[in-house]
Amino acid sequence: MHSYSVNDLELELFATEVRMDVIDMLYKAGSGHTGGSLSCTDILVSLYHPKHGIMKHDPKNPKWEERDRFILSAGHKAPALYAILAKCGYFPREKLYTLRKINSILQGHVFTNTPGVEAQAGSLGQGLSIANGVTMALRLKKVDSMVYCLLGDGEINEGQIWEAAKNASYHKLGNVCAIIDHNGERIDGITWEIYPIRKKWEAFGWYVIGEEVKWTEDRKEMELDGHDYNFLTNAFKEAKERRNDNQPTAVIVNTIKSKGIPMMENVVGSHGRAPNKIEYEDGMRYLKEKAEKLKVKLYEFELRAG
Amino acid sequence: MNLNYEQGKKFNIRNAYGDALLDLGGRYDKLVVLDADLGESLRTGKFARTYPDRYFQMSVSEADMQCSAAGFALEGFKPITNTFAVFIPRGIEQIRQSIAFPNLDVKIVGSHGGIVTGEDGVSHQAIEDIGMMRSIPNMIIVCPSDAVQTYRATEAMVEYEGPVYLRLMRPDVPVIYPNYFDFKINLKRGNGYKLREYGKDVAILSTGYMTHLALEASDKLNEEGIKTEVIDILTLKPLPKDIILRAADETKGIVTAEDHNIIGGLGSAVDQLLLSENCPTERRYIGIKDTFAESGKPEELLEKYSMDVRSICDRVKDIL
Repeated sequence: MHSYSVNDLELELFATEVRMDVIDMLYKAGSGHTGGSLSCTDILVSLYHPKHGIMKHDPKNPKWEERDRFILSAGHKAPALYAILAKCGYFPREKLYTLRKINSILQGHVFTNTPGVEAQAGSLGQGLSIANGVTMALRLKKVDSMVYCLLGDGEINEGQIWEAAKNASYHKLGNVCAIIDHNGERIDGITWEIYPIRKKWEAFGWYVIGEEVKWTEDRKEMELDGHDYNFLTNAFKEAKERRNDNQPTAVIVNTIKSKGIPMMENVVGSHGRAPNKIEYEDGMRYLKEKAEKLKVKLYEFELRAG
Repeated sequence: MNLNYEQGKKFNIRNAYGDALLDLGGRYDKLVVLDADLGESLRTGKFARTYPDRYFQMSVSEADMQCSAAGFALEGFKPITNTFAVFIPRGIEQIRQSIAFPNLDVKIVGSHGGIVTGEDGVSHQAIEDIGMMRSIPNMIIVCPSDAVQTYRATEAMVEYEGPVYLRLMRPDVPVIYPNYFDFKINLKRGNGYKLREYGKDVAILSTGYMTHLALEASDKLNEEGIKTEVIDILTLKPLPKDIILRAADETKGIVTAEDHNIIGGLGSAVDQLLLSENCPTERRYIGIKDTFAESGKPEELLEKYSMDVRSICDRVKDIL
């Protein structure tokens, strides 16, 4: 394991608290998508973190014209985005417990009535096309912002993703950065059918960062780049730096499904359900202990820094 | 802008659409046009040449095009997507999910509606598009019947904020309306226009291609002493309620005429309105009777599938 910096510790603490909120809101909602919400948490934290995140954004002014856009195409990962938006201050944290309930601003899948949510999603395969449209619109407005779009790995089975991949490179949309959250699991099984991932995006004319680590049973024991803040922030920074090179960027990120609930990690079947009582308690205990350790480490750093 | 389409002469409504696009491009700097490789058929060329920065060729990727249009709308633009009506279903779930649900300001144009598309055959004859669009919340459906109305409907569509489906057709049709006609289009309330008023025997409600045939039928019936009225229905959603209910009230029955499956189209919409208003009246339907057609000349198809002038006359006589 690489040596921790203060930045890493701050990012990891933030992500750990986000994971606790995600598990809490899913458990209280009684339904929802645990697996993907937790596999993409570190990706979203690397984009949104108030201090170390790569995106320009302002929770007090969600429609700020110069902001970077984030489009969640895999709309079932909504709980992760909601928890992060609340933590950043887009809306009060108490709202998290209205997830999936009637009259809530937090729909089961992302919708534009939530402050900070750029586009609706939930039907897989549509977000990258939307991101392309947003990017072409920004170009007309002469706004040089990034448009990050998170795709699930199962989602890239959708044909429309490849229509959009083709059009993004044809229209030279350098400001588009597609992030493929490769946790390796779909609802019914392993995503064997999507391999090779990197070669496909290259063939469609994209600049590609990262390479898939094929799913194996011992995936949860691996140190994967999708939970490594150095890799994530550097990748998103690189995509941003290349934005005027007329070529869209794809970042392939290897992750573990349900990361943060040890009993559910890398288990096929954790896709579309909330944690049960035992999983919830186990996850919360694990994450609380982790958060405490991170706080101690951060304190030690502060002491050393004097 | 003053129009110059000679009344009575045949003219292609797609040209009127293309003329309107060019005009609107100058009036709305946020108007953008997206094509799925059918720019020639949809007459988007004049706009594309005049405003190349606001014209986007998405190639044969209809689903992608509808969602990219949603992206433009999210950033405050007024996108218009263009394809054949038969390929509207190719992106129907995208239209539902990414355009209608968030109520985005996207205009969807489907040309070559109905069996009058002709020789290309069933694969290019849209008979379900209106039914699908009707069942999507927030969607407005506009189906013009001549060049003048097409031009004005395109203007009204662009002025309106929200999703609109504009259905065009392939063949030339006579210019019915005078160029100066004031349509007073209100897409929130629905619009219909009484074009003949020989009497109160039967009301013929027609839309799109069928309107000029309904007029012919009405004139012919008049010579035989049967007095009908013809109402041209521009908006299939929302329906122009008042004019339809008044017709149902005043006449002995209603014949609807549409180039679409009678399930889901004008006939169904009128039935639903009459039933919900507790307004029973004799009903007959001109349209595709829940079957697929075939290749052929438009007039041959209309005759074979009982949608020609004679069939309209026969249905009117059925009621009397």
